[in-house]
Order: sequence, then C-alpha cells, then structure tokens
Amino acid sequence: MADSIYIELSMDHRRCDELFSAAENQVHRGDWIDAEKSLRDFLDATLRHFEVEETFLFPAFEARTGQAMGPTRIMHLEHQQMRVLFKDLGQDIERRDRGHYLGSSETLLTLLQQHNLKEEQVLYPLSDRALAGEVPELLQRMRAGGPPRP
Amino acid sequence: MATAALSLEQAPPISVPLRFFLTAPLFGITAALVLLALGTGAWTTRWSAGALAVTHLMTLGFLAMVMIGALMQMLPVVAGAPVARVRAVSRVVHVLLSLGTLALAGGFLSGKVPVLRLALVLLALAFIVFIGAAAGSLVRARAAAVTVRGMRYSVTALAVTVCMGLLLGSGLAWHWPLAVPELTALHLFWGLLGWVGLLVIGVGFQVVPMFQTTPPYPRIMTSHLTRLIFVTLLLWSPAKWFAGHSLLVHDSAATLASLLGLGYALFAAATLALQRRRRREMPDITVRFWRIGMASLLAGAVLGWAGLWESKAASTSLEFTWGILAIFGFGVSVINGMLYKIVPFLVWVHLQANPGGRGKLPNMKEIVPDRRAGIQFWLHLSALLLLAGAAWMPRLLAYPAAVALGSSNLFLWANLTGAYRLYARILASGISR
Repeated sequence: MADSIYIELSMDHRRCDELFSAAENQVHRGDWIDAEKSLRDFLDATLRHFEVEETFLFPAFEARTGQAMGPTRIMHLEHQQMRVLFKDLGQDIERRDRGHYLGSSETLLTLLQQHNLKEEQVLYPLSDRALAGEVPELLQRMRAGGPPRP
Repeated sequence: MATAALSLEQAPPISVPLRFFLTAPLFGITAALVLLALGTGAWTTRWSAGALAVTHLMTLGFLAMVMIGALMQMLPVVAGAPVARVRAVSRVVHVLLSLGTLALAGGFLSGKVPVLRLALVLLALAFIVFIGAAAGSLVRARAAAVTVRGMRYSVTALAVTVCMGLLLGSGLAWHWPLAVPELTALHLFWGLLGWVGLLVIGVGFQVVPMFQTTPPYPRIMTSHLTRLIFVTLLLWSPAKWFAGHSLLVHDSAATLASLLGLGYALFAAATLALQRRRRREMPDITVRFWRIGMASLLAGAVLGWAGLWESKAASTSLEFTWGILAIFGFGVSVINGMLYKIVPFLVWVHLQANPGGRGKLPNMKEIVPDRRAGIQFWLHLSALLLLAGAAWMPRLLAYPAAVALGSSNLFLWANLTGAYRLYARILASGISR
C-alpha cells in the first residue's frame, strides 16, 4: 500500500481510542490503580500524536499551502483544549472523583472524536494531496523523529 | 481546494443550530395538545385532519427542524463545506419553517383554504432557501466522504418530498384533481425513507463508530447502501405511480418496496450488532435512544412486509403503527438521542471560546445531567409504546399517549433550555467580571 498520512495517522487515532476506553472503563468499575496506568498510556500516546502533528505535519502543510491561519490553526487550538481536559482527568483520578472523571471523559471523547473526524475527513486527505511527493519522506521523519516521550 | 481547506474555521455561531434544536420540542408539545384536543377523533383514519396535522407537526416541526439545524452545523465539519451566509439563512429558514408548519397544521384542522395556501407559500420558501443553501455547500464538498454522499442523496430526496407535498397541498387548496393515494405514497416514502433515513444512515456510518465507540460498519455497507436505497426509491416511484395499470407493475412496486425495507433492516441490524460491541462500559443515553430507533426500524420493516403482500388494503391500525414506528420510533428517537451529544458539546465548546469561559467550566454531564436525560428517555419510550397502542385501542390509550408525548417533549425542552441557560449565565458572569 502506498504511504499515506491519512492511513498512518487515522490508525494512530484508533490506537489512542482503545487506550482512552480502557482508562474510562477502569474508572467506571472503580479500578483506580489500573486506571491510573491506562490514563498515563493514553496521555503518552495522544500527546505524542499531537506533537508529531504539530512538529511535522502542520508546518509542512502550512508551508505548502500558505495557510498558516487555515485548518491547522483550528486543529492546534483543539489540541490545546484537550490538553486542559487531560489535566482535569489526572486531577479526578488523584481525587478518586468518579462522577467528575466520567463527565470530563465524556466531554473529551466528544471533542476528540469531532476533532478526529475533521482531520480524517478534511485535513489528512488534503495533506496527502497537497504534499504528494513529500509524503513518504515526511512519514519517515514522523516515525523516526517523534519527539521524546514527555 | 482553498475553500474546503479554510472551512474548518467556520463553525457557525451557537445561535445557528440552537434556534432549531430548542424549537423542535415545542412542536412536539403542540402535536400532543392537538392529540389531547381531538381525543379518539385523531385516530379514525390516517387521512383525518387531526392525523395529518399531528404528522406534519412532528415531521416538519420536529424532524426537519432538528435535521436542518444539524446540517448547518455539520456541513463545515463533516463535509468541509460551510453554508454560505449561514446566519441569515438559518434565521430565515427557521422563521419560515416554524410559521409554515403552524399554518399547515392550522389549515388541516380548520379546513380553511387561505390558511392552507399561506402554509404552502411559507413552506415552499423555507425549503427553497434551505435546499439552495445546502446544495451550494454539498456541491463544493469533497465527494469521497461516505457521509457527504448520504447527505447529497438525503437533500435530493427532501427536494422530491417537498415537491410532492406542495403538489398535494395545492390539490387541497386549489381543488385540483390529483391522484392523491399515489402522490401521498411517493411523498411519504421520499420523506421518511429518503430524506430522514438516508441522512441517518449517512451520518450514522460516521458518528456511530466514533461517538458510540463501536467497530466500524462493514465496508461493503458503507460504500453501497445509501446509493442502493436511493436507486431503489427511484425505480420504485414510477412502479408505484402506475401500479394500478397491471399486476406485473403492481408486484414490481411491492418487490422494490420490500427491498427498501430490507436495506433499512440491514442497517438497523448492523447498528444493533455494533452497539453490542461498543468499547465503553459506561451506559450512554444516545446509545439507548438509538437502540429504540433501530428496533423501531426493524419492526417497521417487518410490518411493512406484512402489509405489502396482503391483498386487501392495510388496516387503519396497521398504517398508523407503521407511521408511528417510522416517524416517532425511528426518526424522533435517533434525533432525540443525538441532541444529548450535540447540545451539551456545543455549549461546552462555545464557553471555551468566550471570555466568560475562563476558569473552571462545567463538563458535558454537568451541562445536561444523566439523570435528567434518563427521565426523558423513559418518557419517550412510554410515549412510543402508548402511541403504537393507541393505533389499536384509541378509546383506551388516545389520552395517555397524548400526555406521554407532551411530557416527553416538555422534559426534552427543559433539558435543552437548561443547557442554554447555563451557557448564558456563565457568559454573563464572565462579561461582568
């Protein structure tokens, strides 16, 4: 199969989705110790995904299309909104506040999924088209040079 | 490409979708009041003034009202193609659709021709503006997306539905001789199995796996189902129109109609199967509403098959039950469930973007508490069962059904306006700070 930003990053979304649900299910069951670990795994994977996009994909897209104020700006803004919710989830786990965690995770899930929807429906296909020739090399840099884990 | 790329920024202001969402339950309440006023009188035949008024209060005032608001919101997000002049379009369409629907119901109930004529003009204008705006956006949208295809078929089906509806209405208002039974069949199939059904399927392919955390729909289904249903509707229409001419044409129409039922039954079965495999263990109110919707779709398909192949005309009770399953059991359930995701999220996201939104903000479950949505869920389910029951036992159940329908919509309205009031309060406190 040809290299594609769409396939690569959509698959990463699905991987993050799995980790998100694991953490939420454990909180739902009151399984706090496991939940702490699952949330950490989810946050690691997701923050890494954000950084890969913000370090490699967005600048390449902006450089090629000349749209620094376009779709990438919104995607960046939503990353920031999610980072705030990540903090809430961490606090809720520390406080063992099940009700608040489930409310925050519902909000995060919705924000995350509509964000993924926009990326998968609009931004990734546009990027594959706009960056055409550069895609294989860009993907390689994304895989190899992903920033170190936080 | 440039327009599509820019579009992610142009999510419309919160007033655009909310005006439609907050109005819809008011039409549900109006329908309940009409049912209360008429008692068993509404249930004599599906052609009665009361039945026609209530049907259109629900299909235009509730279903189309929310679907139009949701499309205004979703077109930029899912299709990457915002609606041009979205504020003005939504304001105009909202007013015309609201007044037109009230006038239509009033025209049916009063039998006054001028009221009916006014309704037809208002509704024609509402749909010309909306379909024009939506088509402009859908033409520019990326063709590849499964959901965009569903939306295109759906809006095309809406155009057919509206034309048939206007024709039927003009027949009443200007006393034209029309083939009313055939036109009505076309009007309601294009409306329910085209406009409503194809939008639910097209959007469902996308949102069920993502927001209800299920595995994806089978590829073969997402690539072909909406097109097959649309083409079947196209083939069925002339067959139905000429069904009286020969037995062969009549049977072709019946076969095509059963295929439509099969298409929807497959979608419902797939959705229910996927929901059983959802990743989240936490109960989800939207999933529960969708389960009722899909069960109604399956029941409707079975009833449809049973009714189709009966030689004599389907009984009044059977016809009522089919309509209730399709409009209320399927359409209203699915839409009601979606509102509990869309409205709290819109409130949350718009609070984020406002100066009053700094500091600790309520999350979605604080914006619409689960308990309150849960109560409305049970009211909705009771309304569905009582309405279906009233189709068979109007004397016993006509009033309880009307009361349940009214309470469910009142509660929905309270839940949605509660979310909006919270939004307005936080915004005001932020500005005064």
